[in-house]
Amino acid sequence: MDGEVLWEKDFEGESLKVQQVIQPPGSNLIYVVGFASSSLFEMYQINALNGELLKHESAAFSGGFLGEVSPVFSETVVALDSTGLILLTISFQNGKISFHQMPISNLVKDSFGPAKIIPSSVTGIFAIKMNAVTIVIRVKDESKLEVVEKTNHETSISDALSISEGQQAFALVQHASHEIHLRVKLAHNWDDNLLKESVKMDQHRGLVHKVYINNYIRTDKSYGFRALIVMEDHSLLLLQQGEIVWSREDGLASIIDVTTSELPVERDGVSVAKVEHNLFEWLKGHMLKLKGTLMLASPQDIAAIQSMRLKNSEKSKMTRDHNGFRKLLIVLTRAGKLFALHTGDGHIVWSHLLQSLQKSKVCQHPIGLNLYKWQVPHHHAMDENPSVLVIGKCGPSSDAPGALSFVDTYTGKELSSLSLVHSVAQVIPLPYTDSTEQCLHLLIDADKHAHLYPKTPEAISIFEREFSNIYWYSVEDDNGIIKGHALRGKCTGEVADEVCFDTRELWSIVFPSESEKIIATVTRKLNEVVHTQAKVIADQEVMYKYISRNLLFVATVALKGSVEIGSVTPEESWLVAYLIDTVTGRILHQVTHHGSQGPVHAVFSENWVVYHYFNLKAHRYEMSVIEIYDQSRADNKDVWKLVLGKHNLTSPISLYSRPDVITKSQSYFFTHSVKAIAVTSTTKGITSKQLLIGTIGDQVLALDKRFLDPRRTVNPTQAEKEEGIIPLTDSLPIIPQSYVTHALRVEGLRGIITVPAKLESTTLVFAHGVDLFFTQLAPSRTYDSLTDDFNYALLLITIVALLAAIFVTWTLSERKELQENWR
Amino acid sequence: MEKGKGIMGSGGRWAVDFSDNSTAPPSRDIPDPPGFTRASVDQDDSTVSRQKKDAESNWKAQKAWEVAQAPFKNLLMMGFMMWMAGNTVHLFSIGITFSALWQPISALQGVGKVFEPYKDNKVDLLGPKLLFIALNLGGLALGVWKLNTLGLLPTHASDWVSSLPPAQEVEYSGGGIPL
Repeated sequence: MDGEVLWEKDFEGESLKVQQVIQPPGSNLIYVVGFASSSLFEMYQINALNGELLKHESAAFSGGFLGEVSPVFSETVVALDSTGLILLTISFQNGKISFHQMPISNLVKDSFGPAKIIPSSVTGIFAIKMNAVTIVIRVKDESKLEVVEKTNHETSISDALSISEGQQAFALVQHASHEIHLRVKLAHNWDDNLLKESVKMDQHRGLVHKVYINNYIRTDKSYGFRALIVMEDHSLLLLQQGEIVWSREDGLASIIDVTTSELPVERDGVSVAKVEHNLFEWLKGHMLKLKGTLMLASPQDIAAIQSMRLKNSEKSKMTRDHNGFRKLLIVLTRAGKLFALHTGDGHIVWSHLLQSLQKSKVCQHPIGLNLYKWQVPHHHAMDENPSVLVIGKCGPSSDAPGALSFVDTYTGKELSSLSLVHSVAQVIPLPYTDSTEQCLHLLIDADKHAHLYPKTPEAISIFEREFSNIYWYSVEDDNGIIKGHALRGKCTGEVADEVCFDTRELWSIVFPSESEKIIATVTRKLNEVVHTQAKVIADQEVMYKYISRNLLFVATVALKGSVEIGSVTPEESWLVAYLIDTVTGRILHQVTHHGSQGPVHAVFSENWVVYHYFNLKAHRYEMSVIEIYDQSRADNKDVWKLVLGKHNLTSPISLYSRPDVITKSQSYFFTHSVKAIAVTSTTKGITSKQLLIGTIGDQVLALDKRFLDPRRTVNPTQAEKEEGIIPLTDSLPIIPQSYVTHALRVEGLRGIITVPAKLESTTLVFAHGVDLFFTQLAPSRTYDSLTDDFNYALLLITIVALLAAIFVTWTLSERKELQENWR
Repeated sequence: MEKGKGIMGSGGRWAVDFSDNSTAPPSRDIPDPPGFTRASVDQDDSTVSRQKKDAESNWKAQKAWEVAQAPFKNLLMMGFMMWMAGNTVHLFSIGITFSALWQPISALQGVGKVFEPYKDNKVDLLGPKLLFIALNLGGLALGVWKLNTLGLLPTHASDWVSSLPPAQEVEYSGGGIPL
């Protein structure tokens, strides 16, 4: 009863694919049934208490097997043969396995196509699905199969619930077009319904996937049932007595990608907040607030006051903020549903189930991939709504065709959707926009052709102007090759409608596959803003940062080191970090950490990379920082030239010129294991940065970047201390007050995203996993706005008092001077 | 004060007349005092007055040079106080530096007023004035140098470079691990 493992039996050695484990109620035996090969059925009888194998039987069936088995009785299962057209009842009583065949066409008149068994644990009942028709079949005994229900609607059967001795109840849920029909029946009596209800359900949740039932005893001692249904968009609903008692959007626990969108501009004369039209309501509101202040309010009144306050509070208004704190977070979940969350209080503004990412005839296993900003109107902000682009693909393989979907972010409606004929291997958002403020995107498919979206002639002309400056690279981590490509010209022999370009390979870096394996790559964020290119250090010296958006950080480990921590010795594992220029393929910097191992989490910002790995020799986690500086600009020391502007520090640079870089790096020990690392980002890039580290304890720690400065020394000089360099210690301090999540935990933390607000000192942080967490951070404290409790009254009184004092003393001194003159 | 008022009440204040009657003709109703001989030799008078005038102008020129050299002492004192203030930017050092800058400027504005009492036809005030101006400019230069040592003047390359935005790159590349 304490969860201790009593015994274990591994069936993989006997190449058995275990299908079901059946424990008949009340006995100590376990039957394990499965298929050893495609036509061999095996049954093992095991003592439940000590794992001892009691019996083993196997039998071959010439027709083969397909799919899953469904247990119907304690010693009988039902399976399908390999054509999917014949039902097999397999019973293994008393150690003898016997097969009994029944073609489906005998049971159902117009059946065609292979069937699929939907297993259920209800005694004597199972269901099969044949091209959108679900058939529920009851098994009377070994050879008698009877069709009890046949329907086109999406059906789901719950597990069996035993209500009284020997009786089992189960629920059957069917989703017609706008209604859900729930029926609870007893296992042995199909025709009677213990419960029959229908609930109205609109389509934005998709179809029913699963149902679970629970029972309660009513006041008249009869059984009542409630059902928990799981819908296609991963939301949960509780049905009781014919209505939905509550619902939960649990799709938000599996967020794949996040992007942000601005809220509408506040228009004069149009108030977005709800105005209390009724004078009576206004009076009632004020009476309640008065009661609350005088401590006369009852608990219901207090709840009403709270809800009124929440409704009128500033942070959940649906218009843009002066400081840029109110935004919409658009998230794409694994279920293919798009949610828009308001950053003020996290409520769901709209949600949309994307049809292009749902299972359909065209796409069997759709997978959502990424979200990109599609149209971000600045000049037309009053007329146009921003929209996002959702990219998905129709299957798990790399050449599955892609699917695009464009969604308006203010209304949540799908503007259009495209099913692509080509696959989507990479998506490259280009920094160009056309006149309707749509961002150009380049989709690379598995055959290395580049497709431009939107497919308008204006976009094509903008793209062709910049044709020769666009490159792309691909990282193939299974064979350790990084390749860089350039665009060549229009595709040959393609469909006329497609805007497609050929690419040619420019360079490739081949990592020696017997000693290195790529485990992490990271680049700078595309929309990051860097404030200056010069870094002023002690004694007014200048170092020029090497800021290039086309740098890639790659971390490789020794082959043996790509397993769990601690299973290799320090001599056999090393970690190599590279900084690679992705346009020319130059390796700008390479550093080897001997005796270190992955997993590696890295973040790249401005001109530095911070990465986290495990040091086997020291048995601790380590964090390293690499900063790159441009040495070729260091000759600009003549002040007169700089004053007059005769320098070329701001002229555009090309990566084909010889880079002259120096790097500085340092490593520090760090206690925690991390799940994700991100860095704060602000609109102008002036505020100092903090690293947001998602620890293994599901909390987010904010670590100032000054702790990861490669110029730290043990004894800094006076000038270095003035600059703010912290003396060097061997490990990074973890200050308990710098946990962003305070005392909360973001369960199952998977990703941290930072979004700049309009106010320079503040950045918005969103951490998601199973839980969602959102906060505002000010890494250098809010230096550009007054605190909330600034005492304006005191300021005014002081000013008025000073003016009065000036006037009084002025008149006094004038009078004294006059008296002096008249003496 | 009461005495003065009392006298005023009885007939007014004493008025002193400085006119020199020693060269006036003897035909005045006031007889000369006994033993007084009128030496009405013009040349003797002019030499005496010339001597007096020479003495006066010499004295004035000397005084003018002294006044012109006065800022030198001020300079030394200011220099010493600035050295005491140190190299960091604090209230004291900023105050000293700004007063070292303001004093020469205000003195330069009032050059004419300073040399007003020594104005004379025979005295050449240009030399002292130039020296005065030069010493004050020296004081100003000292203040500016102190400002530079405090680091408040944009004389280093880092002051002009730290506001430059990053250079744009001509090429653009994207991509990564295939989706």
